[in-house]
Amino acid sequence: MEFPDNLVYSKEHEWVLAEEGVATIGITDFAQGELGDIVFVELPEVGADLGRNATFGVAESVKTVSDLYCPVEGEVVEINSSLEDSPEQVNSNPYDKGWMIKVKMADPSQLDDMMSAEDYAKYIKESK
Amino acid sequence: MSHARKTPLNKQHIELGARMVEFHGWLMPVQYTSIIDECKIVRESAGLFDISHMGEAEVKGAHAFELMQFITSNDLSELDEGGVQYTLMLNDEGCILDDLLIYKISDNRFFLCLNSANTESDVNWIADQALQYPDVEVRNISRQYGMLSIQGPNSEPLLKPLTRSRLSELDYYHFVTTALGGHMVILSRTGYTGEDGFEIYCDWRETESVWSQLLGKGKSFGLKPIGLGARDALRLEMGYSLYGQDVDSTITPNEARLGWVVKMDKQGGFIGRDALVKQKAEGTKRRLVGFEMTGRGIPRSGYAIYKQGNKIGEVTSGTMSPTIGRAIGMGYADWGNRTEGTRIDIDIRGKMVEAVIRKLPFVRSNVKKSRSLDRASAG
Repeated sequence: MEFPDNLVYSKEHEWVLAEEGVATIGITDFAQGELGDIVFVELPEVGADLGRNATFGVAESVKTVSDLYCPVEGEVVEINSSLEDSPEQVNSNPYDKGWMIKVKMADPSQLDDMMSAEDYAKYIKESK
Repeated sequence: MSHARKTPLNKQHIELGARMVEFHGWLMPVQYTSIIDECKIVRESAGLFDISHMGEAEVKGAHAFELMQFITSNDLSELDEGGVQYTLMLNDEGCILDDLLIYKISDNRFFLCLNSANTESDVNWIADQALQYPDVEVRNISRQYGMLSIQGPNSEPLLKPLTRSRLSELDYYHFVTTALGGHMVILSRTGYTGEDGFEIYCDWRETESVWSQLLGKGKSFGLKPIGLGARDALRLEMGYSLYGQDVDSTITPNEARLGWVVKMDKQGGFIGRDALVKQKAEGTKRRLVGFEMTGRGIPRSGYAIYKQGNKIGEVTSGTMSPTIGRAIGMGYADWGNRTEGTRIDIDIRGKMVEAVIRKLPFVRSNVKKSRSLDRASAG
C-alpha cells in the first residue's frame, strides 16, 4: 500500500492534495482495496458548496455502496468526469487518474487537522 | 467475529489472501482477488467455491417418501434414484420456509441440501411433521459434510482424472456416490451459477484434501478459488433467488416465479396447497421481476420501484453485472408489470433513475443439457 508524502489524509480514508487554495480529493489506496472493484462513482456538480465532512458522493463496488466525505469546506470547481465511464481508475490509480473532485477551500487551515502519510499509515495499522 | 463458525478450509482461505466476512454466522471468503475477475473465471474456465456452510439432512425410513412428498411442493414421485430435485418447503400459509435440493438415494432414503441459515429450523420442522409418520428418522448431518462447488465450462475435463465415474454420462440434476481423489463423495451435476458444474459433498475432515487436490489438478484448466461475492453476482445474473434476500417466509411460490416447482395436482396434496389455491382464486398481487438500469446507477436491496410516479414495489437484489457490464436487479412489483421492456424507475438515494423490465435470466444458461431431455425432443 502506498501513501504519498505530498498528500494529507482523513480518518474516512480520503486524501487531499492542496495547491494554491484548491484541494484535489480522492480515496486512498487502502480504501480502494477495502472496497474492491469499483464499478460506479457518483460525484457532485461543479459549483456545489460542500460543508466540512459533508457527503460529496458515493463509490460503489459490486457488492457495496460507500459514502465519500469531503474533509474541507468549499466549492466544487472541477470533477473527474472520466470516472463515469472508467470508475476502475480509482482502483488502479487512486492518487492520480482516480482523483474525484477539486474544491476551492473556504479555510485552508482545516488541512492542519488532517494526517500526514506517516500518521495515516499508523492509523490504518491500529484500526485493523 | 469470534463467535462465527469456520469451514474446514478457513486456514486455506486466509493463506490464499481471501477477504473473510461473517455470513449468517459463518466466517466465509467473500473474494480472493476481485469479484469481477472471479465471475469471469467461472464463466470462461472454472471456479472452486467452499460452500461448507450449507446444511445437510437425511430422512430415512419406510415412510420417508410419503413424508417428503407431503412437506414439499414439487412432485417427488417424478424423481428416480440418483436424481436430484429442486423443491420448496411451504408453511400452512403457502409461504416459502426454504428452497432445497432433494437427493433420492432410494425410496426410503433421501439426502437434503438446505440453506445454512434455515438448517436448524428446517430439520425441526421436518421432524415435527414426521411425527405423523411411523418409522421415519430425520437427522441433521451438516457437521459431517463439507461442501465444494466447481463451476464453469472446464469442470468436467478437470474432474475426469480424479474419478472413475463416467462424468460425461452424469446428467444435470443427477448424482453419484464415488471416489474423488481417494475420498468418497456425493458428486452432483448441480450449481448456482448457470454454468456446467458439480457440487461435491465430502467428509468434513477430508474437505481440505479434496480442495487441495482440485486446486492442484485444476491449475492447467485455469481453476481458481471463488468467493461468495462472485457467487452472489453469478446467481443474480441467472435470476436465481437467494433465500433470505429475494425469498422468505412471507412470500409464496407464485410471487417468487417458482410456480414451476409447485405441482398442485400431485397425489395426496402437500402442506401449503390450500393457501395457494386461495391465492390463485383471489389473484396474486405482486411478482418477482428482473430489470436492467438504463440510467446511471446501481439498484440495491430496499430501493423503491416506481412506474409513472407511483410506487409499485421494492428491489430485493441488485448489482453491476460483471458479465454483461450493466446494472441489473430483481424485486417485487405489483402484478401486471412483468412485460419485457416496461419502463420503470428506481429510487436511488432520492433520485429517479430509469430502468426497464427484462426477461430472466440476464445471462444465457450453459448448464449441461440432460440426455433424457435431448431424447424427448428428438422423439
